[in-house]
Amino acid sequence: MLRVIVRRLLQLAVTLIALSALIFIWLRNLPGGPIEALLGERATPERRALLTKALGYDQPILVQYAKFMQRVLTGDFGNSIRTGDPVTEVIGRAFPATIELALVAMIIAIGLGVPLGYLAARHHGRLLDNLSIAGTLLGISIPIFFLGYLLKDVFTQNIHWFPPSGRLSTGVDNTEVTGFFVLDGLLTREFDATADALWHLILPAFTLATIPLAVIVRITRASVLDVLNEDYVRTAEAKGLRHRVIRGRHILRNALLPVVTTIGLQTGALLSGAVLTEKVYNWGGLGTLITDSISGGRDYPVLQTLILLAALVFVVVNLLVDLSYAFIDPRVRVR
Amino acid sequence: MSLLDVRDLSVVFQRRGERPFTAVDKVSFSVEPGQTVGLVGESGCGKSVTSLAIMGLLPKRGNKVTGEVRFEGANLLKLRPDDMRDRRGRDIGMIFQDPLSSLNPVIPIGVQVAEVLERHQGMDRRKALREARQLLDAVGIPDPERRLKEYPHQISGGMRQRALIAIALACKPRLLIADEPTTALDVTIQAQILTLLKQLVDETGTALIMITHDLGVVAGLCDTVNVLYGGKVVERAARHELFARPRHPYTHGLLNSVPRLDSVRGERLHAIRGSVADNIPWTEGCAFAPRCDHVVDACLEGAPPLEPTATGGDLRCNNPVPVEVTVP
Repeated sequence: MLRVIVRRLLQLAVTLIALSALIFIWLRNLPGGPIEALLGERATPERRALLTKALGYDQPILVQYAKFMQRVLTGDFGNSIRTGDPVTEVIGRAFPATIELALVAMIIAIGLGVPLGYLAARHHGRLLDNLSIAGTLLGISIPIFFLGYLLKDVFTQNIHWFPPSGRLSTGVDNTEVTGFFVLDGLLTREFDATADALWHLILPAFTLATIPLAVIVRITRASVLDVLNEDYVRTAEAKGLRHRVIRGRHILRNALLPVVTTIGLQTGALLSGAVLTEKVYNWGGLGTLITDSISGGRDYPVLQTLILLAALVFVVVNLLVDLSYAFIDPRVRVR
Repeated sequence: MSLLDVRDLSVVFQRRGERPFTAVDKVSFSVEPGQTVGLVGESGCGKSVTSLAIMGLLPKRGNKVTGEVRFEGANLLKLRPDDMRDRRGRDIGMIFQDPLSSLNPVIPIGVQVAEVLERHQGMDRRKALREARQLLDAVGIPDPERRLKEYPHQISGGMRQRALIAIALACKPRLLIADEPTTALDVTIQAQILTLLKQLVDETGTALIMITHDLGVVAGLCDTVNVLYGGKVVERAARHELFARPRHPYTHGLLNSVPRLDSVRGERLHAIRGSVADNIPWTEGCAFAPRCDHVVDACLEGAPPLEPTATGGDLRCNNPVPVEVTVP
């Protein structure tokens, strides 16, 4: 087991290094750039050359990359070109917002998706099943930003159930400990802040959850249908076991194996979905940061760190998924 | 009173847009306490469906089960699902054909044995596991302490079937249904499993319904044999009677198609021509008529009734094999 983990971590390091080179080179070959953004279109060639030299962008790209990696290894990711703040600080501010949003979205997707998928399979071919198929198709195909604006319009403009944007209402006083507002409220016993943060989370989290939710319903349904036909479920019935035990121990435990894999892969969908969702709800997380860093003049240091961070999250989540898989299924453990 | 009394049991599969299919057609037989009864027939004759109907394990939708299954007087078909759930595993145990797929791959063997004890005998996990250890020992699994923690893929096919037998007999049921328990095993293991079943049934006094297509299994185990064809019982007889004087042409054909060590070298093995699939529209006559060597006109007109024979069995045939003609 330990050898597997070590091997996977080494693979992870190699992946990240290769990825960082790709991102570095790709970013610097995009049209436009920080020089134009900072100086405007009518700047003189001399001033451009001066700034290019000052930022070190006149050197060969491999030299730039080597210098970048050198600094990264000492924990220095550079400063944002736009604001001048250290990149770690800029990202550190936005990171908890996105993770909080993504976690709640995932809880919604799993918490609703698994039971719905199970029920659909149990009602195979009947109304509930057909509804779930139609519903998930809709959930997968509806664009996030469209759904986001639609929900926002209905629930904040027509009926005022939820706040339209932001993470906290103005006037709510919270003490930041971790940057996760729900958690902060609990830690500092400012429960009104927790409630307010949750209230702000509901709409964006639902918007972000739709695609993973639909996928999880589908996978769970298909997987439960497979397992229902397995001989060991018949054996469990022949033992006269209670419904609850058959459902949990014999059906779901086996049926959830493919679902766990799906959850890992959906992390990618969550990260990209977060960009759109945060834009709609003015969330101020990594998604907002990434769009601002692109449109605000290709903030290279912020962008390359952000993309690398997203890749790291994706790879780490999938590593955890693979490890948990071995934990759930003894047949995987043997090797 | 018989332990189990199956009366006119019919199972009709109905799918929307398809013609209803009668898999089991008014099957009746009974099992006395401690008796071993065989249900014999080739694939598709309705023997497994009969056993699943007795256990109440047929899918809830797409079929219609009629008739009576009286277990110690109570009609199992009329029980509420929860009451039937209480009886399964406690009063009636069942073992299945494929021991690998019949065990849950992600749960240790010990828990799979223990959970039936927890359910029906109210034991806690620790006590149930201790009992499970003894059960595994009783069915001849070596080193039972270690097996408790192992998973189905880690033990051999024979041991898996032994584990399933331990599960089925854990609560000392009064009836055990074995649905082709040796089909998926290789020949040497088959013999061991049959010996074990015979021994356990003798020791515990459990009645056994043995479902098989293998006449060798019947010969070694069963007191009474019901031969099924096309969802109907076509012949019923005591074991020795059946092997000595098969009356129904189908039984006769089955016995004739068993390879024998003492047959003449080079002689072709007998086969019953055609297959079960040839007899779809049998409502008009005897289902076996298209494949029968003894067919007479009456066979095509109406299905013959099941009638008692002089030797105490039952027979459904217009033109049975004469008593004098026996298996060579």
